Amino acid sequence: MGIFKKKTYPKEWETYAEHFSDKITNFSEIRFVIFDTETTGLDVSNDRILSIGAIGITDKNIILNDVYECFVSQEKYSRETVEIHGIRKSCEDKISEEKAIVQFLDYIKNAVLVGHHIDFDIAMINAGLHRLGFPSLKNTSLDTGNLHLKTFQEFPRQQHFSLDDLSHSYHIPMHDRHNSSGDAYITAQLFIKILKKLEKNNPLSISLLKRSARRTGLL
Amino acid sequence: MTNTIVLRIADFLKDIPPFSFLTVDEQIEIAQSVKVEYADVDEDIFLIDEAIKPVFYLVKEGAIGLYSDDDQLSDECDEGDIFGLRALIRQNIYKLSARAIEETILYSIPAEVYDSIISKNTEATKFIIQNLANNLIKVTEEKFLYPTVKEAIIEDESTAKYSKNPITCSEETSVEAAAQIMTVKRVGSIIVVHDNKPIGIITDKDLRTKIATGKYSIQEKVIKIMSVPVICYPESITVAEAQIAMLKNKITHLCITKDGTDQSDVVGLLSEHDIILIRENNPSVLIKEIKRSFSVEELINIRQKTSQLIQRYLQQNVSIVFITKVVSEINEALTNRAINLAIKDLKSNPPVPFAWIALGSQGRKEQVLLTDQDNAIVFKDHEDNESVRSYFLSLAKKVTHTLHEIGFEYCPADMMASNKSWCLSFSEWKEKYRKWIQIPTEKNIMHCTIFFDFQTIYGDERLGSQLMEFIHQNIEKSPIFLKFLGKNALQNPAPLGFFRQFLVEQSGEHKDHFDIKARAMMSFVDAARILCLDQQLDAKNTLERIDQLRKKEPQNAEVYDHCYEAFQMLLLFRTRQGFEGKDSGRYINLAKLTKVEKLGLKDAFKAQRELQILLQTRFQLSNFM
Repeated sequence: MGIFKKKTYPKEWETYAEHFSDKITNFSEIRFVIFDTETTGLDVSNDRILSIGAIGITDKNIILNDVYECFVSQEKYSRETVEIHGIRKSCEDKISEEKAIVQFLDYIKNAVLVGHHIDFDIAMINAGLHRLGFPSLKNTSLDTGNLHLKTFQEFPRQQHFSLDDLSHSYHIPMHDRHNSSGDAYITAQLFIKILKKLEKNNPLSISLLKRSARRTGLL
Repeated sequence: MTNTIVLRIADFLKDIPPFSFLTVDEQIEIAQSVKVEYADVDEDIFLIDEAIKPVFYLVKEGAIGLYSDDDQLSDECDEGDIFGLRALIRQNIYKLSARAIEETILYSIPAEVYDSIISKNTEATKFIIQNLANNLIKVTEEKFLYPTVKEAIIEDESTAKYSKNPITCSEETSVEAAAQIMTVKRVGSIIVVHDNKPIGIITDKDLRTKIATGKYSIQEKVIKIMSVPVICYPESITVAEAQIAMLKNKITHLCITKDGTDQSDVVGLLSEHDIILIRENNPSVLIKEIKRSFSVEELINIRQKTSQLIQRYLQQNVSIVFITKVVSEINEALTNRAINLAIKDLKSNPPVPFAWIALGSQGRKEQVLLTDQDNAIVFKDHEDNESVRSYFLSLAKKVTHTLHEIGFEYCPADMMASNKSWCLSFSEWKEKYRKWIQIPTEKNIMHCTIFFDFQTIYGDERLGSQLMEFIHQNIEKSPIFLKFLGKNALQNPAPLGFFRQFLVEQSGEHKDHFDIKARAMMSFVDAARILCLDQQLDAKNTLERIDQLRKKEPQNAEVYDHCYEAFQMLLLFRTRQGFEGKDSGRYINLAKLTKVEKLGLKDAFKAQRELQILLQTRFQLSNFM
């Protein structure tokens, strides 16, 4: 792929990319999509997505008619992960990876993506995109792990928090844990609670949320 | 395929009225339209006088307070409660502000859902209308306590059911023809009428004594052999009146006419048989049986029949007020009989006049289920009180034993007449009460709550009423006493946050159960007692006390009305629980309550709090100690 030649992508990608021409500045109008993937393992290049669960948030409300969920059929199948996630190979209503990725693009549009340790989930989606000959996701992304660190006045010693840790300290009931939709829903609740906490000190903006936790501190 | 999260929310909706009345598909459709919101502590959801939002709210977790304009908490919504719907339906501004009392998850549900789904379902709409009337107790009674609202069947007081199509014949009819009509119609009597006004009656007895004996021929006109005058009564005759009329006139049939005289049209006939049907296995029959019984076995049998009677009443949705009256009467008769039998057994009459006194719930006539016995004896002073006491102690021992056999268990705290501390002469009792009132230690206050609710069951009633007079006089002398009693009554605050905080028993056999007696009912009992003592009202029964207070303090009528309803509901609730669980009905398993039952209980707790606030203000308890 040459850098000087503008590459053309399939129409699905172009439709997705077009959404990024509108810039939304009013924070309460920004659409966030909280998502989680379940995968066959932690190796981005060799493992595959088993399911995607996603849920939309606008103006700090979880919108139940803005949800996405899919289960992906595949050849690669790892016994150990199935034991955690309980997603059987023979599960019905499965779709191909290609279909899942295209549906997901159509669903997220230009939303700000949010997830717990989201880098991994984005890398998994990107790997899927690349296999289809698509470029990487264009969306802004936020990590609830990082956002949680920003709620501290002083940088805490513990810097890694699991979703279980945070659900516990934010009093979020853990239903459907280890199901991508369930985890997305828990993360969505966590995200709203963190936003409410952060907004007490500063007006909310994407740039505030994007800023690294290390730099917040007493600033 | 439906989304996991949507299904999770639909699953929550399915148990919550009005959504519970809808189909699964409708519940899912609503779940899809939900927005999940978070509210921090003290965060406003909406403010009073604000324009309404096109949504209503369902509390998923946490608690929302609804506040009036002076910032008084007027209602608290917790899991499963709906708010903001009234304004939406009436299309006006918010009448209350909604603010989170704790961290809360809310489902906001768009107005369209109400219009397109809920308002189309009759059951759901009915539920909402009842809720909007802000009269949860109504919902509770109709939906849960009174599945079909029926008039209470109060036998003595109810109008007697008579045959509406009486068989009549004219004065010209022959005895033969009349007898044929009676045979065909299978009746025992025929009314002879002139212009539809009764002029006489022929019964089987007339045929037996006047025809079969050969006195008159069967060809004679009925007018020759009919009984006159016909005893007439109006349609409003009660069962009790009818019985008295039959006994007095030595007849078995009463003619019912429009105005109750023989100068108006015949509308029906009431026979002794009709009365027997009404009377069968009823309270007065049971009481008669008690009076005629000679053994403990017979009394046990009658008490079992009483249980069946109560269960029938509960099924027929007879009012709990009537049920408690019946049970008290029967229990009183049982005790009376037990005392009579014991005196016979002792083979010597009481040396001095005495009174057998029921205490606590029996003293208040609030016993429905079999509970422990609490009783005492007061006897007239004698120069040798000790020897007199020993007679009464042996009497009490026999009586309490019999009561125990019947099913009234021994009082675990031994508050019984067989205990020499509670088998006292009149002056000894006066001394006891004086001490309790003057030295309000915790233990003395506890005794007051039991010993102030007494009822003379047997013997000299004057002893009891004189004691009560003495109590009133002493309370007047030490006004601080009522403050102590008041403070004691506030020990159990209304469990308003009940379903969220789970104010359940922390340990013991009833762990995780809610003690409806200690945490709710006793509050009403204690408050009503104190307020009546303060106003010098004599009622003993809690509902009667509330009723008397309502008349005495019309300015507080609203609170008392609410309490009257609430206490009735609690009493009925506990009785039903008791019969279902075959126990005292005291401990409620929260997990088994339906939402409607919870709403009813919650409304009762609100009344409890209103009453406690009244008590607090009356005796200025907030600054007391």
